[in-house]
Amino acid sequence: MKILVAIKPVPNPDEKVKIKPDGSGVVLDNVKMVINPFCEIAVEEALRIKEKLGGEVVILSVGPKESEQQMRTALAMGAERGMLAEAPTVLDPLAVAKVMAKVVEQENPDLVLMGKQAVDDDNNQVGQILSALLSWPQATFASRVEFGADGKKALVTREVDGGLETIEVPLPAVVTTDLRLNEPRYASLPGIMKAKKKEVKVISVASLNVDVASRVKVLSLSAPKERVGGRKVADVTELVAKLKNEAKVL
Amino acid sequence: MADILVVAEHQEGAFKKTTLSTITAAKAYAGLFGGEVDALVLGNDAAQVADTVAGYGVRKVLLGDNAAFAHYLAVTFAPAVAQVVKKKGYGTVFAPASTFGKDFMPRLSGLLDAPLASDIVGLAKEGEKLQVKRPMYAGNAIAIVELSGNPLLFTVRQTAFDAAQAAGNKAPVEVVSVTADAKGSVFISRQETKSERPELTEARVIVSAGRGIKAQENFKLVEELADQFQAAIGASRAAVDAGWAPNDWQVGQTGKIVAPELYIALGISGAIQHLAGMKDSRVIVAINKDEEAPIFQVADYGLVADLFKAVPEMITELKQRIEVKP
Repeated sequence: MKILVAIKPVPNPDEKVKIKPDGSGVVLDNVKMVINPFCEIAVEEALRIKEKLGGEVVILSVGPKESEQQMRTALAMGAERGMLAEAPTVLDPLAVAKVMAKVVEQENPDLVLMGKQAVDDDNNQVGQILSALLSWPQATFASRVEFGADGKKALVTREVDGGLETIEVPLPAVVTTDLRLNEPRYASLPGIMKAKKKEVKVISVASLNVDVASRVKVLSLSAPKERVGGRKVADVTELVAKLKNEAKVL
Repeated sequence: MADILVVAEHQEGAFKKTTLSTITAAKAYAGLFGGEVDALVLGNDAAQVADTVAGYGVRKVLLGDNAAFAHYLAVTFAPAVAQVVKKKGYGTVFAPASTFGKDFMPRLSGLLDAPLASDIVGLAKEGEKLQVKRPMYAGNAIAIVELSGNPLLFTVRQTAFDAAQAAGNKAPVEVVSVTADAKGSVFISRQETKSERPELTEARVIVSAGRGIKAQENFKLVEELADQFQAAIGASRAAVDAGWAPNDWQVGQTGKIVAPELYIALGISGAIQHLAGMKDSRVIVAINKDEEAPIFQVADYGLVADLFKAVPEMITELKQRIEVKP
């Protein structure tokens, strides 16, 4: 099975981002960029499918040249090769999906796997838009992916409000990953060495001839109202009394 | 002025209240830019849902009844909404930012080549232009976003808009014909998380547990505390990943976003991703034996204690208080 995995680098999600004083974005100096956690789960799932069914895993990223570093991490985990669609500016989800659709048409994979959302913009859009543009089925928020014996269908369990839902989709399809799908492996040292020699083909977005004009423009960022917390109570009795008399929630 | 469409959410015929805050957001938009708010119900024998939605102050309810909609699938719902939008010329479409809206709205965006703002928390008018507020970076940044195109699409964060109130009258229901072709996608099954408790997103009180609860059977203690408030039960990612709690209970950046009157966090350290889902609660209580836990920084009342001692004490105290409100 040929699997295309789309990944996006994001600022380390375990650190709280700082907003630039002028509101034009977040401070990225001295911030470690990592593969978006959901994308990492997608890479892992693709590798597990390949290990079981054979095939090839191709990593795709749409973004700045620096993304190559996180793509190398995915290659070190075990993917075969990478394609970086280099974009000079930040693209909105529609534009990213249009670029990806072009690459998918060229690469012709059986499956596109990607994270359900990137934890920087928190949009949760690209996979669904891509499947619409390709007229492919979609299975979002996957916590389990299995394939029929003929390899023509995927059975996907989805994490939805109220519980879990299982749908069957014919391939090719776009599947977006949720947290419980798997636990990604670490890249091994030999994997890291090998990854240095793997191909990352850089294509310029401009050469793909798609309209990437921004339709969703972020004008500014500001910090949310900070919560003033930090008060401690000595014991349960004080806690219950405060909840009743001060917070008036009892 | 182009009109506004709200896509109503229901679970196989059971109306979902996520629709109500979405109606409020749509009306806020109408207040700024004009237009009438209609609702669309897609389902199989969903007249009952349409009748319910009709009671919440929309101009009319469009009902697209089709056997193919017996079970929700993005691949049938998104094109059906697209058909209605095109046929009736709607200029804006609103849906809840639930797993329902998050699933089909981006697909609609792709079908219509229309911009979508996800999980919006505010709408404003600057000059003649619309400015949308939405959280990014796990809620640690609020972005002002501008959209260009037609139609404009929005998914609405339920906690950011009040639920629409029942109107005195019922809006008319108009049957619309929509086609559906699942193109081979099939709904197989649904595993519902059974609960007698209020929904997490609607509860007045939530009792939530994390890694500190240590085992699935210890959730009995959480339930017993929740019983004192008729509270919903939540969980951190750690507790869900460990298999102690169902996925549907996860509160956080990519799980449920909640804002109850009272949120009680038991044995939850307070990772950025968890805080993103609950920091708009009115009152936050944290019980954790690690006094360095980041959850204390957002808690109104922090208790550094072993939850296995503190929670039974709390249950006893609460039981003694006959004035406890339901």
